[in-house]
Amino acid sequence: MADDIWILGIRMTKFGKHPDKDVVDLAAEAAMAALADGGVTMKDIGILAAGNLMGGGGIGQQIQKQIGQTGIPVYNVANACATGATALRTAIMAIKAGECDMGLAVGVEKLAGAGLLAGGARAGDGNHFTPSGRQGAIAPLDGRVGTETMPGVFAQIGMEYGHKYGGTSFELFARISQKNHEHSTLNPLAAYTKAMSLEQIMGDVMIAYPNTRPMCSANCDGAAAAVVVSGQKLRTLSLEQQKRAVKVSASVLTSDPYEEACQILPNVNTLTRNAATTAYEQAGVGPEDLNLVELHDCFATAELVHYDNLMLCPEGGAVDFFESGATWRTGSTPVNVSGGLESKGHPIAATGIANIWEICHHLRGEAGDRQIEGAKVGLAHVIGLGSACGVHILEKSGL
Amino acid sequence: MAKQIPYVDYLVLGDQPHLVANECSGCGARFFDRRNACAHCFGTEFRTVDIATDGELRSFSIVTFAAPGVQVPFVSSIVDLGGTSVRGNVINTPPDPDHVTLGMKVRLATYVVGTDDEGTEAVNFGFEPVL
Repeated sequence: MADDIWILGIRMTKFGKHPDKDVVDLAAEAAMAALADGGVTMKDIGILAAGNLMGGGGIGQQIQKQIGQTGIPVYNVANACATGATALRTAIMAIKAGECDMGLAVGVEKLAGAGLLAGGARAGDGNHFTPSGRQGAIAPLDGRVGTETMPGVFAQIGMEYGHKYGGTSFELFARISQKNHEHSTLNPLAAYTKAMSLEQIMGDVMIAYPNTRPMCSANCDGAAAAVVVSGQKLRTLSLEQQKRAVKVSASVLTSDPYEEACQILPNVNTLTRNAATTAYEQAGVGPEDLNLVELHDCFATAELVHYDNLMLCPEGGAVDFFESGATWRTGSTPVNVSGGLESKGHPIAATGIANIWEICHHLRGEAGDRQIEGAKVGLAHVIGLGSACGVHILEKSGL
Repeated sequence: MAKQIPYVDYLVLGDQPHLVANECSGCGARFFDRRNACAHCFGTEFRTVDIATDGELRSFSIVTFAAPGVQVPFVSSIVDLGGTSVRGNVINTPPDPDHVTLGMKVRLATYVVGTDDEGTEAVNFGFEPVL
């Protein structure tokens, strides 16, 4: 069994609109760049795990056909918004199991111009009411028995936190979004790189109160890929490769355990807390050791609850934590210095690798204008509704 | 009176409309859908239990942008009915944050959604503020 796992090469494409590229182009661009970044080729890779949530399937083999068919096992994975993290973890597990010493994980999505995700379009009420499905419903539930679309679901998740602990408001959530949009001005690969004032954010189109449009994750195109390697193999590579390699101190995937209400409103809290607890144990670090965090701000209302779930603040203290300025890039625990999903963008299957790229970029000291100085430890978190949670803790090489 | 059908099978119509849940005989976990087994204790025996009609608004969102055909705005909510959480719309009050507030007391109410060709009325539930 491999004792330690490292990121050898990692890359994301520019997020945004790529009308001239298909999913395979984007995935190939990220994969080839990750291989080049790690100084290896497809010949070195023993497993490929790939995800493209909204596509037709088989993305792994399609990528191989463009960048190298070597006969290695391919795992096409799908795990909602945690698809990228699941691909990465699949490659890591293969190395840990001793099946190979190097793997490639790729996530890609084309979502530019996509509208609301989830929630059923409603046909006209039928000529004859007939109960169907697991709730014996005579028509779709979305809109008549609550909401099934993501902005509303995650709005309720943030509002529930407010009900439990107090202190939330439309303006508070808007200010979280303001932070991430401000951060994105330093990220040339972000889909949107413009700062937005609080007035602009609050005055924008309301999607699902309290989330206005800029408080929602930005649908866009993009891909990200990572090459992972066992520590044993890494030690046979060049000193330069070893210096730039980033240690995967923890790699955890959880699903949501049963609790009252979890089938009524998805509980994104407990599985994140469970994943974080396990990850901190695996890595032997605590939240106070983190120099930066990329967490799943699919909506401004979601970012708040994950401060608490990742234990960046005391339980119930997320509002005070944000108010203290801790999560701005100048604060004690910078969160989403990439701009987050709200501004960098959220090409679903790419997100769970792109957030790790962001952390690696800082740990390698290669983040340019947005470098968090002296960053040694970072955490990347994703949530896929349904639910799946991926948490990775990454550490700078000691060389 | 026209023949009526509930919008979902866990809504019981009649003089005192209320919701019912499938309650696990082993652990008491409550579900509003057809079950294969209990997600909590894996038991396979369930009984039907009545759910309280009065409760408290635990969370909500005022949805102003939705899939085609879904009327907006509407208020989606999570309501605590005597310890059992339920999803439903807040109705019979303006859909704005001045009229819909966290912790507000609500009760189950029903309304006719539409009528099919045979004259059967579909009746849905929602939650209205208790003033």
